[in-house]
Amino acid sequence: MDNLFLMMAPLFSSKLLLVLFFGTLFGLILGVLPGLGPTTGGALILPFTMTLDPLSAIVLLTSIYCAGTYGGAITAVLINTPGTPAAAATCLDGYPLAQKGEAGRALGMATVSSTVGGIFSVVILVFFAPILAQLAYEFGQPEYFALAIFGLTMLASIGEGSPIKNLIAGAFGILISTVGKDFMTSIDRFTFGINELTEGIGFIPVVVGLFAMSEMLTQSTLINQIFNRIALKAIKLPSKEDYKKTWKTILRSSGIGSFIGVLPAEGGTVASLIGYSEAKRFSKNPEEFGKGSIEGIAGAEAANNAATGGAMVPTLALGIPGSATTAVILTGLIIHGVRPGPDLFREQPDFLYGIFGAMLIANILFFIFGFFGAKIFARITLVPNKILWPMIFAVSVCGTYSLNQSIIDVWIMLFFGVLGFFMRRYGFSVVPVIIGLILGELVEGTLRQSLVIFDGNWLMFFTRPIALTFFILSLIALAFPLIRSRKFKKKL
Amino acid sequence: MKNVQKQKRANKSLPFFFRDEFKVSLVIILISIALLITTFTFDIVPPILNRGIQPATFPKALLVLIIVMTLLIYYLATKKPWKVEKKLPQSFYLTLVGFLIFVVISKTLDFFLAISALSIFVSYCWGEKRIFYLLLVGIIFPVIVFIFFETILGLRFPPGIITNIYYS
Repeated sequence: MDNLFLMMAPLFSSKLLLVLFFGTLFGLILGVLPGLGPTTGGALILPFTMTLDPLSAIVLLTSIYCAGTYGGAITAVLINTPGTPAAAATCLDGYPLAQKGEAGRALGMATVSSTVGGIFSVVILVFFAPILAQLAYEFGQPEYFALAIFGLTMLASIGEGSPIKNLIAGAFGILISTVGKDFMTSIDRFTFGINELTEGIGFIPVVVGLFAMSEMLTQSTLINQIFNRIALKAIKLPSKEDYKKTWKTILRSSGIGSFIGVLPAEGGTVASLIGYSEAKRFSKNPEEFGKGSIEGIAGAEAANNAATGGAMVPTLALGIPGSATTAVILTGLIIHGVRPGPDLFREQPDFLYGIFGAMLIANILFFIFGFFGAKIFARITLVPNKILWPMIFAVSVCGTYSLNQSIIDVWIMLFFGVLGFFMRRYGFSVVPVIIGLILGELVEGTLRQSLVIFDGNWLMFFTRPIALTFFILSLIALAFPLIRSRKFKKKL
Repeated sequence: MKNVQKQKRANKSLPFFFRDEFKVSLVIILISIALLITTFTFDIVPPILNRGIQPATFPKALLVLIIVMTLLIYYLATKKPWKVEKKLPQSFYLTLVGFLIFVVISKTLDFFLAISALSIFVSYCWGEKRIFYLLLVGIIFPVIVFIFFETILGLRFPPGIITNIYYS
């Protein structure tokens, strides 16, 4: 009961309500704009959060996360381009339905299923995060090391693209985290005599570079692309028939999304694809999928928004991000001096339940904004890239500079922009780099401390049951793509 | 006739060293080897300060892992080649030039000027010819962003010919 009261706290604070309002609005705009999204937006807004107290800062970031994930659906339905990667599956049926003159119905279903999925995942978060945090009390350094390895292998296994390429990208991310003074011995590593590198490579320049700048370069290759925009008159709430058709799909996808979200992977993107394919598998009319099926929209949208709450579970309970955006939120927590993990649940329940409550309200707010303002948000896509991207560049440069007031950070951002472009061009996902960078210190630190505990005996890792379980799960995760491709070949 | 010959030549499979998978793998491996060599220059701590492993051991292991996995993706690519990517358009290279212009101007002249120059250059190269919009992205918007960051975050931008005038 106390926790419920703590969850409702944001409702009684005008400041938090204002933060939620602007966060949701900003998140929707970011979600609507193709190429931007909650990850880039969160990274760019991070310096501004320094002017806020920790709770307001994290509420701002989480509301951007929730609303941004939904916002991608508007662009997916109206211009057949996902505003965020998580909305890719929504294009498959959203756009064909809009082409039939039912854009309002498609967006209405996307809005309702996103809201249900989001709220469902917050409930999961409220119940499971404390349980996971309680379990984490059993974890020592070896267990945390094994968990981080499991996280990285899961990312490689179920993330987008080739698992080996994802592993290379993850290892590269960890390697970046080793730049600078070794945090245990103060020995310089990969600094090449550059003083600014002794502090290491910051998270923000890498995120903004890999997401915003590489996207700017991608957009530079698409300047002659013409989008066919479909006019939207008004959003329509789903009819009774539509509800009857989709309620099971929405619930199933909410469950799938929350579960996938908890796993450290690409959260919403993978969740929406699985949610969509499961909706098709269970549908009475699978032949309608790809031609404007309302179930397809519900399946994809409920799943991607359900992944938001799911991804927050390991982020808050263990300090292991469940997606790229939660990696940004985790950075926000650390910048504000909040250390995620089991102690946070014991010592600062008001803070945690405030975040849970804020996520719940953000899901309701984006429903209202989406329902009444989708037509306006859709117009944002009319801003031409030749005007939009130079503006994003100005904000990215100032945002990156602002955190440490370092011009080197800006150059690092540009370097990672170019690198990110070529990585994506050749099929390397940039998300594992981000997760690797944020987990790098944890992986190395726990490994070295474990070896101190074990007196240098590596085999001792396998005498710890929890660590051993995570290692076995890691092996299964690595073998999973092989099994999947063999099954797929057999089916063919 | 010439066109037919050209077409035939284009359809011929490229020698392995022209293929993307070879070039990408080679670049990753060369950089990894260079970094691996660098790790041998890291200081070694005496056993009493050594926390589990030497500071160079962890990056060394990561680099070896990257090299092994890169060899693996190259091996797999010989069985199933990567799809051939389209040639990059001129606008991409111009945007890269814009980044270079930004770095040079921000280092030598002024941070604000660098943002302005890049914004106008990129916007123009991407097809914007209307003066008002070029001024909007190149001057009006960066000024708003500058003032916003300066007042909200109390940020002080690096000195330069325009920034100095603003601060004075």
